[in-house]
Amino acid sequence: MNAVETHVEGGCAIPIVRDTDVVAARLAARALATRVGFTGTDLVLIASVVSEVARNIVAYAGPGELLLSIVQDRSRTGVQVIARDHGPGIADLSRALEKGFSTSRSLGLGLPGSKRFMDEFCLESALGIGTTVTMRKWLS
Amino acid sequence: MHSQHIELAGYSGGSMGMALNVHFLHVMKVPIMKQGDYVIASIQSALTDDDLLHLRDGLTSHVGRYRSKGVIVDVTALDVMDSFATRTLRDLAQTVRLRGAKTIIVGIQPEVAFAMVQLGLELGEVGTALDLEEALEWLQHECR
Repeated sequence: MNAVETHVEGGCAIPIVRDTDVVAARLAARALATRVGFTGTDLVLIASVVSEVARNIVAYAGPGELLLSIVQDRSRTGVQVIARDHGPGIADLSRALEKGFSTSRSLGLGLPGSKRFMDEFCLESALGIGTTVTMRKWLS
Repeated sequence: MHSQHIELAGYSGGSMGMALNVHFLHVMKVPIMKQGDYVIASIQSALTDDDLLHLRDGLTSHVGRYRSKGVIVDVTALDVMDSFATRTLRDLAQTVRLRGAKTIIVGIQPEVAFAMVQLGLELGEVGTALDLEEALEWLQHECR
């Protein structure tokens, strides 16, 4: 991931424990993305992506937190989403990003779909320590 | 399940002057309305996963209890159709189909539809319509 960007104001941290927090997270993400200037489908996609990663925390690894912020580099603005937990970790990272792979009650499209849509996507996990997903979407 | 039935006595509708009994039962946040052979659930706000599961279960038991032939789910107010919402609606349709009823989803907003396509989310064989009127026509055709 690029190191040139700076974080600007307006970020927030949302604790993710139960499924109501998933709704809170995606509404907050949508509000932040609206402020950055995203519209229409992009807003829905950003909210969907946040919904997927927040749900993963509730389903597998709660409690955790979601950090939302506005990022900026020389020429562009975007949103950054970090989903972080201290859960069991993901044993097989490449499998978790495979379409159709799920160990719970989803369609297995959450992470692969998110990765495809976001401009930058980084999944880090250590067994017994936790998982962090960092994603950015730039306003084009 | 938390439910509440209100009979709207004396209400008549339709050109034939037939009495229309409308039942409301509240399944968490989503009002479910019975109209003749059909049951209509109108989502009013963003739903949690539990709300979605309650809705699925509420509609399934409603179909069993009232022998409904069609289920309409209005998702106009839903903020996202992510993988969980999509799967739950698909499961609902499959379950009530096994009990002899059809499901149709109405009101998927254009930006939500675009997002679903980009995320690779599919509703499978669930019927879809733009609005309630079109959904009722579809059910009348399908359930004949």
